[in-house]
Amino acid sequence: MTTFRNKKITEALTGYLFVAPWLFIFFTFSVFSLGYALYLSFTKYNLLSPPVWWGLGSYQRVLTDDLFWQKALPNTFKYVLIVVPLQTLVSLILAFAMDQKLRARKLFRTIFYLPSVTSSVVISLIFVWLFAPQGVFNQIFGLTINWLDNVNTAFYVIMGMNIFTTSGTLMLIFLSGLQDIPTTLYEAAEIDGADKLQTFMYITVPMLRPILFFVITVSVIGCFQVFDQIFVMTSGGPLDSTTTITYLIYKWAFRDTTVKMGQASALSVVLALIIIAVTFIQRRVIEGSGSTTE
Amino acid sequence: MAATSPSSRNRSSREQLIDGWERIKAPVFYTLLTVWGIICLTPLYFTLVFSLKPIENAYTPPLWLPTPFTFANYQTVFSSFDLFPRWLLNSTIIAVVVTILRVLFCAMAGYAFARIEFPFKKFLFNALLISMMMPGVVTLIPKFLIIGPGFIRGGIHLGELTIPTGFGLIDKLGGVILPSVVDAFGVFMMTQFYKSFPKELEEAATMDGSSRIGTFFRVVLPISQTQLITLALLTFQGEWNRFMEPLLILRSPENFTLPIGLQWFRGEYYTLYSVILAGSLFNTLPILILFFLFQRYFIQSIATTGSKEG
Repeated sequence: MTTFRNKKITEALTGYLFVAPWLFIFFTFSVFSLGYALYLSFTKYNLLSPPVWWGLGSYQRVLTDDLFWQKALPNTFKYVLIVVPLQTLVSLILAFAMDQKLRARKLFRTIFYLPSVTSSVVISLIFVWLFAPQGVFNQIFGLTINWLDNVNTAFYVIMGMNIFTTSGTLMLIFLSGLQDIPTTLYEAAEIDGADKLQTFMYITVPMLRPILFFVITVSVIGCFQVFDQIFVMTSGGPLDSTTTITYLIYKWAFRDTTVKMGQASALSVVLALIIIAVTFIQRRVIEGSGSTTE
Repeated sequence: MAATSPSSRNRSSREQLIDGWERIKAPVFYTLLTVWGIICLTPLYFTLVFSLKPIENAYTPPLWLPTPFTFANYQTVFSSFDLFPRWLLNSTIIAVVVTILRVLFCAMAGYAFARIEFPFKKFLFNALLISMMMPGVVTLIPKFLIIGPGFIRGGIHLGELTIPTGFGLIDKLGGVILPSVVDAFGVFMMTQFYKSFPKELEEAATMDGSSRIGTFFRVVLPISQTQLITLALLTFQGEWNRFMEPLLILRSPENFTLPIGLQWFRGEYYTLYSVILAGSLFNTLPILILFFLFQRYFIQSIATTGSKEG
């Protein structure tokens, strides 16, 4: 009996030894950090003196801030609403094309994945140069637009670039999803006399739904937090036309001459709530739109 | 699931449509793939071309070809900017250290979640799943404070004793490494892997009197090679390209990583864009080489990401 108990204790200790590194990082940088972010969001904090309790003051500041309401919030939503559908569509079409046992598939797969291999900074630096006033893009098309210094174009260049860089990865996810659909399902449909269109609508689409949900969720969460590209390409400008919520958090916490850690934390909490709400709504919409379940 | 059979008239026009589509399908798809392929290659191609042209002749036609041809920009990157090799080194240190530690720690935790019984296991695993969904930007500021000055400046004073509340790692490579040494997705991926893994081998090893820890290092790790390489590649690529955290933590130019350095360099010497492009390709090259060497693993790692929901 005692040996049995001893064995159990040893087992438990071994278990904790194995998860210890993860547990330490998880508690420090997830659990504690989250609590601390919440706490900071109720304070005034400029790094120089200790945080001062400020109740909902920071939230009030965020929700009455012009830069937040007129630029960061609409820009972020615009970014998500344009980039997510387009990159999903592009990568889905590419995946269908790749799924057709065409020749040179491997070559295409490699080429499509290349933009994803490049770091966000490198690809941003390249695009800054491509879209410069005397840059390659203008030269090829005989234009003289200063793309990244124009309020009407800067944001769209960044969006286009992001669609360009992520479609390859998303295509591979969709492709593996398409190839995971059991061939027996298609055979059964053929025996039932279903034509190609019916097979597509009643087998391919429902079978791909979980992956579609996954891809959209991940893209939405990622797009809501877009930062690197904006930092490198426009620093939120021109005239704040590319300032997103994450960029605004960075600006308040690290860039402005008066550091506003509390206000930035409040905004990060607001952003998290927005992301949770959108993911939840999206789950309802995607699950609701299909009557087919597994 | 079974489709209702449409009326015959409907059917014929429908079948025509499908037949037509079947006929034009291949050329349409080839065109699509080719167009997107060209879009993917063009920016990188021009980067390569311009990095191989002298700065003075950057815009001398033809735009498409590196004439006159020179390696001068690549030489400049290394000879005139002593910081560049330093950035390369810093990036390598961070990416290599994080990769090794993360693969080890994720495998350990994954193995524990899959195989070992310990109190609160279910609870901790659920916490892990939730932390995977948490948007990273929420913890950005506290993370910065914990890595750096601490959440209480000067630490907590207990009589004579001062306990620091932060790691004091601002402007140190360790500050970038520390929070990345393990991540929720990696642990999850390894847990799923070990759950689907036959127990017999380990049991045989345990019978031989090997301890749990011994078994893990001598039997389990070697046979999970494929999965470990996949996780390693995914991690290396992510760390090599990481931007936001190093940007906030690393302050002096000699401690920059390559992406931060390139961005800083652009601010200082924006007229030398051909040199920046050459430097950019240096940043891309290692990942490109890894990609060509281990393409199979890269593709698999992405496929795994997709089935994460299942």
